[in-house]
Amino acid sequence: MAKNIAVIGDAETVKGFSAVGLDIFPCDDMEHAARLLRNLADGDGYAIIYLTEEVYNSVEKERARCEERLTPAIIPIPGVRGSLATGRKRLSSFVERAVGSDIIFND
Amino acid sequence: MAVMNVNPTRMQLSKLKKQLTTAVRGHKMLKDKRDELMRQFLDLVRETRDLRDKVEAELEQCNAHFVNAAAVMSKESLDASLLSPKQQIGVEVGSKNVMSVEIPQFSTETRTADKGDIFPYGFAFTSFELDDAVMSLDKILPDLIKLAQYEKSCELMSAEIEKTRRRVNSLEHVMIPRYQETIKYISMKLEENDRSSRTRLMKVKDMLLDKAHHYSAS
Repeated sequence: MAKNIAVIGDAETVKGFSAVGLDIFPCDDMEHAARLLRNLADGDGYAIIYLTEEVYNSVEKERARCEERLTPAIIPIPGVRGSLATGRKRLSSFVERAVGSDIIFND
Repeated sequence: MAVMNVNPTRMQLSKLKKQLTTAVRGHKMLKDKRDELMRQFLDLVRETRDLRDKVEAELEQCNAHFVNAAAVMSKESLDASLLSPKQQIGVEVGSKNVMSVEIPQFSTETRTADKGDIFPYGFAFTSFELDDAVMSLDKILPDLIKLAQYEKSCELMSAEIEKTRRRVNSLEHVMIPRYQETIKYISMKLEENDRSSRTRLMKVKDMLLDKAHHYSAS
C-alpha cells in the first residue's frame, strides 16, 4: 500500500511542498503540532513526516514513540528562518549512541 | 568475580561446560555482528552527512525563491496558486535486512503520469519566481526522500549497535568469566573430595590391619 509524505511546520515553509505532491499541515502552535504528529504517526498513512526544526525540537515525546518503528521516518528540515543545525546534531547523536563517542562530526 | 551458587557435582560441571561453549560461540558471533554493523553504519552516516548538507543548502535556495515570489505577488494570490495541488506523491515502503536490522527502502510514484506536471496554477497570473521556486523544490524532492531513508536507517542501526554492544560486553566481562570461575571452583572441589576420600580409605585400611595383625604400616 502506498503511503504519503507529510510536512508539518510554519505556513511559510510548508506551503511550497503542496505543489510537488506532499501533504502539508501548516501550524504555528507547538502543542497543536504535537497533537498533529501523534495523529499522523498513529494513523500509519504516512511513510515520511518532515518537520521544521522548530517543531522538531518541541515534540520530543511524540518523536520517541516512532523511534523503533520502520515508518514513519521523522526528519527535521530547515525552515525559512534558516538552519538551526538540528539535522547535524541528530546524526551526531546517532554516532554517539552507536560508537560511544562522536568520531564523525568533530573534525 | 563471584562464583555462581551451584552444587559442586559432576552433572553441574558438564552442564556449565556446555553453557560456556555456547556463551563463547555467541560472543564471537555477536562481536562479528557488531563489527559489520559498525562498518556499514559509519559508511552510511558519512553518506547521510554529505546528503544532508547538500539538501539543506538547496532547501535554503528554494526558500529564497519562495521569498522572492512572495515579494512580487500578493499573499492571497500566492496562497491561491498553491491551494489545489495537482500532484500527489505516493511512497512504497519496502524493507531491507542488514545484519538482522530492518531498514526502510522508499520508492516513490506520482499520481499524474508526467513527473514534470507540478504547477498547480495557470501561468497567466503568477510570477516566474514562483515557477522557479516550485521547480527547485521538485528537483530536491528525490534527495529529500533519500535523506529520510538514510536517516531512518541510521537511527535504527544505531539502536541495534547499542544493543549488540551491550550484549557483547556483558558476555565478555560478566557471563564468560563467571562460567569459567564456577567451572574452576567445581573441579577444585571435586578433586578435593577425591583426595579426602582417598586419605580416609588409607586411614581405615591402617586401622583394620592394626586390629587384625597388630601390624602397623608405618
